[in-house]
Amino acid sequence: MAAVPRNIEETLTLLRQGNYIADRSLATAVFLALKLKRPLFLEGEAGVGKTEIAKVLAATLGRTLVRLQCYEGLDVASAVYEWDYPRQMLEIRLAEAAHIESKDRIAADIFSERFLIKRPLLQALESEASGPKVLLIDELDRTDEPFEAFLLELLSDFQVTIPELGVIKAEQPPIVVITSNRTREIHDALKRRCFYYWVDYPSAERELEILRARLPAASLDLSREVVGFVQKLRGRDLFKLPGVAETIDWTDALVQLDQVTLTPDSIDHSLGALLKYQDDIARIRGSEAARILEEVRAEMAAARH
Amino acid sequence: MAQAKAASRLSENIMQFARALRAAGLPVGPGKAIDAIEAVKAIGIGDREDFYWTLHAVFVQRREQREIFDQAFHIFWRNPQFLQRMMSLMLPQFRGEEVDESHREISPRVAEALRGNQAGHEGEAREPEQEELEIDATLTFSSRELLQRMDFEKMSLAEIEAAKKAIAAMRLPVEDVATRRFKRDARGHRVDMRATLRAGLRDPSIIPLQFKSRRRRRPPMVVLCDISGSMSRYSRLALHFIHALTTDRDRVHSFLFGTRLTNITRHLRHRDVDVALDRISDHVPDWSGGTRIGHCLEEFNRRWSRRVLGQGALVLLITDGLDREGAIGLEEEIERLHKSCRRLIWLNPLLRYEAYRPQAQGAKAMIKHVDDFRPIHNLQSMRDLAAALGELGSRGQESRSKVAA
Repeated sequence: MAAVPRNIEETLTLLRQGNYIADRSLATAVFLALKLKRPLFLEGEAGVGKTEIAKVLAATLGRTLVRLQCYEGLDVASAVYEWDYPRQMLEIRLAEAAHIESKDRIAADIFSERFLIKRPLLQALESEASGPKVLLIDELDRTDEPFEAFLLELLSDFQVTIPELGVIKAEQPPIVVITSNRTREIHDALKRRCFYYWVDYPSAERELEILRARLPAASLDLSREVVGFVQKLRGRDLFKLPGVAETIDWTDALVQLDQVTLTPDSIDHSLGALLKYQDDIARIRGSEAARILEEVRAEMAAARH
Repeated sequence: MAQAKAASRLSENIMQFARALRAAGLPVGPGKAIDAIEAVKAIGIGDREDFYWTLHAVFVQRREQREIFDQAFHIFWRNPQFLQRMMSLMLPQFRGEEVDESHREISPRVAEALRGNQAGHEGEAREPEQEELEIDATLTFSSRELLQRMDFEKMSLAEIEAAKKAIAAMRLPVEDVATRRFKRDARGHRVDMRATLRAGLRDPSIIPLQFKSRRRRRPPMVVLCDISGSMSRYSRLALHFIHALTTDRDRVHSFLFGTRLTNITRHLRHRDVDVALDRISDHVPDWSGGTRIGHCLEEFNRRWSRRVLGQGALVLLITDGLDREGAIGLEEEIERLHKSCRRLIWLNPLLRYEAYRPQAQGAKAMIKHVDDFRPIHNLQSMRDLAAALGELGSRGQESRSKVAA
């Protein structure tokens, strides 16, 4: 379990401990978010490792990860809190049986914390012995504007208002990571409170490093070829470009198929792990894949000399 | 002492940099500059690259802003004075859209609209499509492409009134969809436990049941409108319609296409219809030229569909289905479009006679993949348009079965 990093260097090391190879620019944003206790807002294509950052931070810092997966129509009852109605009903019956007549007393009783079901956002406000939790608000772009507006209060003051109970405030603000695939624009008011970072596809060297760290079982040659191939694909006109997650999945699939280097055949058989649209697969499979592979090989050979 | 002086000097520079960014069109408020100073203190000054990414994390809020930030950073932190001079040169390019807010021949109505809107406008006018628009503008395309500006007649007040009425009366096939949120509703079918318990406390002898029902909401709408030569006589009406639609509902995105695709959502946000149309006219390069429906739909599918069709959108396709390219690739693209939206409505204003059958290659390819087909035989007014869209039960079923036979 590591301490909270004191500078960018330590942030890089921390992420690396969790097998996350980050650019220095990303580490800067992460460090600022940790140091100044503001949310980190990560945007980028699917599969570039946005969600992973929260997981790695939680694992390396030894904190609890609270995850809120967003979807359209996400409401307070499933994101923040809800009252435990059956138990409240029971309590009222018990009060009746005990001939407690005071309405105020019953009210104070059934609307107390005992009957509160805490959902992710409320859970995240509670500190533990190990320190504040890591709150991951995943794919915020999937939810709608009313929920975004609700988040404003939570993220600026780290507090939630429950009408029957009052204001619940975090003693120590949680580490907040928000991700978005940018299927719609998040309102500036929310972004303003965060440190923003656009997570891009990694460079070839970076991607090779990531692959080596995540899949040591793959041979160096295979990893090199895979990275070369994927980098070339990202320059093509595809409906969905493969992200780092797909690179890792694909390599894993190739390792499971006992491949030590790429061959046109093995590419054709496993392309489904890399490309997720039939049009894209049809466009690349066969001669196109073989041609890209040849290019990659030629470049690798040239680099050796 | 010297250190404190250096620190205050740096703060001053950061403040100035923030001002420069604001002038360059980034939404940088005074609070941001203070945040930046705080962030720089947290990082400590040393490495230029760290300094860059620290300021980046504070000032940049959207992907498109990275380029502006990058340029400004490199110019400013080499020589702050130099920037002042540069600013005047770069200004038009940076600010893109917002600069021309003030010029233009302004009618009293427009001036009023501008005055009323200016304050809230600046922020929302910035839309993600900026980069694409600019790239598009530098493209040169086929010889067939006819680039020209469109002049619209000014809308009369009566027309605007009529439009408003027509839109208000319009009912689309998918008018609203259930959301996962609830509202209190005495005639609802679900018990609202929270409200019930609270009501019960007022009088513990009896607990009156409270009810709720699902909140309903209009789905987002995407309008794709053909502005090629064969459609030119309808484009004014269509645009007027789209503008009225945009001001009437939230979550409307609109695109025009002829030989290329242009996102006009941002321009339509302008409340005044004449100004909005004028701006569109300036930004759409392919009025009344050829049509490449397949190509434009492909571009839409690849670039925009994931961003605007996200939440079960209703797509309104306004075109005559006459494709100049022998309908190459059209069928695949319309099929994909159909599969990625809640409902696809094709509005075809070409047809002036009742006996119309989709015969053109493009039309044949499209008719198989639309949920609703609405031919309009006599499109003279907004009322016809809204009425055709609002008709219950579509004529599409009929036409489609005939095509199949």
